[in-house]
Amino acid sequence: MAYDNAEQLEEFRLEARKWLEDNCPPSMRTPMRDDEVVWGGRNATFKNPDSKAWLDRMGEKGWTAPEWPKEYGGGGLSRSEARVLEQEMRRIKARPPLFSFGLWMFGPALLEFGNHEQKLRFIPDIVKGKTRWCQGYSEPGAGSDLAGLQTRCEDKGDHYLINGQKVWTSYADKADWIFCLVRTDTSTKHEGISFILFDMKSPGVEARPIQLISGESPFCETFFTDVKVPKEQLVGRVNGGWDIAKRLLQFERSSISAGGFGGTGGSGILGPDEYAKHHVGTDETGRVADGDLRGRIADHKMYTKAFALTVQRQTEQAKAGQAVGHTASILKYAAAKMNQDRHELLIEALGTEGLGWEGEGFDKGAMRVTRQWLRSKGNSIEGGTSEINLNVIAKRVLGLKEHQ
Amino acid sequence: MSFVLTEDQEMLRETATAFARDELSITHLRALRDAGANGKDAKTRQKLAELGFFGVIIPDEPGAETFGLTGLGQILEAQGATLAATPLLQTALIAASALQLGGSPAQQAEWLPKIAGGETTFALALDETAHFAPYNVSTEAERNGQGYTINGLKKYVPDAHHADMLIVVARTFGESGDRHGLSLFLVPRDAKGVTITELKTVDSHGAAHVTLENVNVAESALIGPADQGADILDPVLDRAAIGLAAEMLGSAQAAFDMTLEYLNNRKQFGQLIGSFQSMQHRAAKMFIDLEMTRSCVASALAAADDGKSDLAELASLAKALASELVHLVSNECVQMHGGIGMTDVADPGFYMKRARVQEALYGSASWHRDRYARLNGF
Repeated sequence: MAYDNAEQLEEFRLEARKWLEDNCPPSMRTPMRDDEVVWGGRNATFKNPDSKAWLDRMGEKGWTAPEWPKEYGGGGLSRSEARVLEQEMRRIKARPPLFSFGLWMFGPALLEFGNHEQKLRFIPDIVKGKTRWCQGYSEPGAGSDLAGLQTRCEDKGDHYLINGQKVWTSYADKADWIFCLVRTDTSTKHEGISFILFDMKSPGVEARPIQLISGESPFCETFFTDVKVPKEQLVGRVNGGWDIAKRLLQFERSSISAGGFGGTGGSGILGPDEYAKHHVGTDETGRVADGDLRGRIADHKMYTKAFALTVQRQTEQAKAGQAVGHTASILKYAAAKMNQDRHELLIEALGTEGLGWEGEGFDKGAMRVTRQWLRSKGNSIEGGTSEINLNVIAKRVLGLKEHQ
Repeated sequence: MSFVLTEDQEMLRETATAFARDELSITHLRALRDAGANGKDAKTRQKLAELGFFGVIIPDEPGAETFGLTGLGQILEAQGATLAATPLLQTALIAASALQLGGSPAQQAEWLPKIAGGETTFALALDETAHFAPYNVSTEAERNGQGYTINGLKKYVPDAHHADMLIVVARTFGESGDRHGLSLFLVPRDAKGVTITELKTVDSHGAAHVTLENVNVAESALIGPADQGADILDPVLDRAAIGLAAEMLGSAQAAFDMTLEYLNNRKQFGQLIGSFQSMQHRAAKMFIDLEMTRSCVASALAAADDGKSDLAELASLAKALASELVHLVSNECVQMHGGIGMTDVADPGFYMKRARVQEALYGSASWHRDRYARLNGF
């Protein structure tokens, strides 16, 4: 287990390399477009049959969640082994086999706060991509004041009864189960919240997609009317849900910033410098002809590099036992800014080519950029607004005082 | 690992931080300014020599380990925190690097021990215009019988008003703007024909214009091959930019800490001003920028020590980010201190004034942004 021996680690590298060579289909070693992402679940769709084989093999091995305990279907790898696996996957440009809120957010929280039975019941299906989860946090009246939630959960003796409404529930219409914050005590705020799990097929659950400015609807309004939930599906203790909620937010912020909001990966989108060269043109020395735009693109590229170096620094410092406080809020703020700036520059560099909506006459890639530009506006709102993250930094890291 | 200091580097950092705090505080800079010293400070130079700070990147014997640029970066960061005026950047970093990268064995044997011991200090005489442009050199070095005759004017040379030796960048071929044709010369500041015009500068560190009029130097004064000085100059300037970025990071962190303390003490409308959300958000943004810049400076220092091929890119990244950071933080420091921030008796103004000098030397944010774009092919 504790593999800090360089020799053993090298042995693991060779094993992992061989296994990946044998098991990762060639078509899974190419850049991935948005519509090819695998989310798993009961109604999983696979655009390419190889992506199913890839998920099944990785899930069986526990390598979709390499560091989770073997007991619950995880890979049981040490931190260093997991890093080696990541390097080896990157080496062959392997696609992530599974995108999953279960892997990124709910699983880590359940491993920390759930009981043994709950972990046995839910974690293996997350690892294998069999259950797709959604997050029941935000409510219409609460917004960033998450603890202001009103969804009621009443103890009915042998079960709980849930009534209320959630909003901004990502992919609620496609998810199998929900992890949900509910109010079990109305006389107090933070101490009256519980963390509960239930099947989205339960009678009384309804999800309605919300159309966004990008024309897409990844989010839903979710309604609960007399939803009956078995008592063993409450995680932690009654009224003790806020601690779980906060911890899960950290996982959420980390996963959001780790991916830099996606978009930059294999989406087939060029960088702002490349679009600028193509659509703005270059001067006689090959530089982007618009000097001001060029400078702003350079500024953005430097910020992106600084962000990557900061992630690397914080990882190395954490490994060396040097505490870094509230990293998640720092990186979440920076990642949102970075992704929004990037899309502003992309749209600007594209000029009128970036103004298409649908149909003929516009490049498909450019229209994708336009949709993503609109989508990126949510980055500073979802998963804790930029303002909330600045509040966290000001108070928890810098020690600035509350208003009296 | 590039982001975690070794035990030795950590100890050096602690020593440097304590020394800057105890002996080179802003009070010290203020006293020097009020006495008209203009950055000349023989006592400090002596103490730096005793601490061994001049020899941080110079091995005791050939091939021996040193603290590296990462180690020197810790000292520069500490001196940036208190805005100390010392000859370390020019001598311990720039001159030591130039001699190590381009000097002949004889030059190294003669000068490196003198640098390490603090006996001889240097100044790099490069710029001829108000903006950094390393190949825009018109100063000419013409071959004569035994060596070279140098003529030209160098502007705003840091430390030239008190350094013992100058490293003069002159043209032995081509014309201003050409990369090829530059040569580096060792010139004693008291050589015949050298005129030093001392400048009173906004940061109270001082500097000098240097006029070279028929200055004769021997062949042995040439560092590296003639005409190919840019091959030495480029990596030296990258290292200078990185060292200065470390200093700027220290200045920004100190100005930020001072601001934070004020936010947590000063009351208005019956509230601590630091409890107002508008102030909290600005402070948090500065903190994020500080963290990002710290990562860039650390990786640039490590890249110099590890001989990485992306040194130029990381140098530009560090200097550009540090430039934006010092302006943001020093301006906010004055603003958040309110009226007191505008007074000479308070410290914030010192950071704002020094920030302008720090940015102008070895390439402004714009200059490095431009180069970063070029290095990335757009």
